[in-house]
Amino acid sequence: MALTNEIIKQRLTEKFGEQVSNFEEPYGMLTFEAPKELNLKVLNFLYDDEELKFRFMTDLCGVHYPDNKGKELAVVYHLHNMVDNIRIRFKVFTDIDQPDIYTATGLFSAANWMERETYDFYGVNFVGHPKLKRILNVDEMDYFPLRKEFPLEDQTRVDKDDEMFGRG
Amino acid sequence: MSEQHIKLPEGSIEKTTTTLNLGPTHPATHGVMQNVLELDGERIVSTEQTIGYIHRAFEKIAERRPLYQITTLTDRLNYCSSPINNMGWHLTCEKLLGVKTPKRVDYLRVIIMELSRISDHLICNSIVGVDAGAYTGFLYVMQYRELIYEIYEEVCGARLTTNMGRIGGFERNFNNIAFEKIEKFLKEYPKVLKEFENLFQRNRIFMDRTKGTGAISAERALNYGFTGPNLRAAGVDYDVRVHTPYSSYEDFQFNIPVGTTGDNYDRWLVREQEMWQSLSIIEQAYQKVQEFKGTDADVFHADVPEYYLPEKADVYTKMEALIYHFKIVMGETDIPAGEVYNAVEGGNGELGFYLISDGGRTPYRLHFRRPCFIYYQAFEELTKGAMLSDAIMTMSSLNLIAGELDA
Repeated sequence: MALTNEIIKQRLTEKFGEQVSNFEEPYGMLTFEAPKELNLKVLNFLYDDEELKFRFMTDLCGVHYPDNKGKELAVVYHLHNMVDNIRIRFKVFTDIDQPDIYTATGLFSAANWMERETYDFYGVNFVGHPKLKRILNVDEMDYFPLRKEFPLEDQTRVDKDDEMFGRG
Repeated sequence: MSEQHIKLPEGSIEKTTTTLNLGPTHPATHGVMQNVLELDGERIVSTEQTIGYIHRAFEKIAERRPLYQITTLTDRLNYCSSPINNMGWHLTCEKLLGVKTPKRVDYLRVIIMELSRISDHLICNSIVGVDAGAYTGFLYVMQYRELIYEIYEEVCGARLTTNMGRIGGFERNFNNIAFEKIEKFLKEYPKVLKEFENLFQRNRIFMDRTKGTGAISAERALNYGFTGPNLRAAGVDYDVRVHTPYSSYEDFQFNIPVGTTGDNYDRWLVREQEMWQSLSIIEQAYQKVQEFKGTDADVFHADVPEYYLPEKADVYTKMEALIYHFKIVMGETDIPAGEVYNAVEGGNGELGFYLISDGGRTPYRLHFRRPCFIYYQAFEELTKGAMLSDAIMTMSSLNLIAGELDA
């Protein structure tokens, strides 16, 4: 029997009960949340379970929701079960003042650089990561540029001399 | 010379390995990336990759741009096959907006995407040849990449960073010159590809250089998140075009070539075979496009007035067209709130777009899943204990594109 979103949801709630929450299906992809302490347990369960077999990490990235107090930063995992060809999206949220999340590098080697990228842009501290340092930005940078408190330059500003760039 | 003038770092006399910087600008990297190699003689003890030299913060820039302006950012990801990135982005937007494109648009897109797959693989395979010391093949096939670029030029006016197509279809219909050039390509290219194959495929020197080097097992490749030709070379038949067909790929007959060992030679072979498959897909798509007659043959975009620019003549004479034109150009159309992940089979593997919209005029967050970035981390494992010259071959056969690495 082919794996469906319903079955995945059922298996997850059987295993984790109330702790996995906010099940949604935007554009057909099952999306859910779990507390950040549980992220490895959930990933391991999805990986090991004989029925679920989510053994391919497609993507890992961060999102910043500044108005979501206490849960400002999200880490989004996209997992893929290649046998049944079904994808899911799994989110964990963390406080921006103490953004510690367990690393998934033990399970997926692919997570290594993607976690470094997330750290680089959002400052999520992946606990247990073998080498958590900046990857795309310079090492000396002291802020996390993709957070929402850093707006892009205002295109209408007038205090800058742009003559050399043809915009003066 | 007195002793004080010779200053060696602490421990450098006792050190038995050599540190070698490969890159950031080095003929073998074919892009801007750095590898710091620790060498014991000519064997590689460890490598450390440094990337980010051409990081342009596309994800941040995209947070302030309306959808149609992001297409130009996607051009610059994998610049060897820009049209695939463009189409992938349009397909993502269309998925978010719920736009259904006409069949003819899908087929035209398939033609363009497969042409760019050929140009991408052609570069990669001929560069593997160049790194093995065979320059002839590279110069020979370059003429046909040129022909592909001429087709792009007829379709959208640009060659490398194409900005091709719009949400809903193409900005204009393909003209006759474009179709003639596609026909010319279909007619002449098979012979060229065959000859290119003859230069390399059973060439003793080339085989000795590539066989058994840079190999990866299927399990490790999956664990490392490999996709595309590199994963298929390891023996996993995963292809986005088949697993989640987009742009009517389900209407075409084609095979997914797979390798067995995942080494440089298999990667080369898989790309070579994929070019034959792409060629057959283009032929089929071209046939299908020719079957549209009369007014059907004039269809080149879907009806999405809120995102597709109206005819210029209408803008001057009709009220609605003027309003839509203004709203689109100024980017004042609010996009629906939602979260969407859409993937296409890029030149290097699964190129994914993860778009979060909060209902504003621009994406709230846009993340590019860049296959290159993900599989380059395996480079250390692939080259550990190998010779330096093998590492060069591995680097080029992985098809590392700096634009895609750094985003």
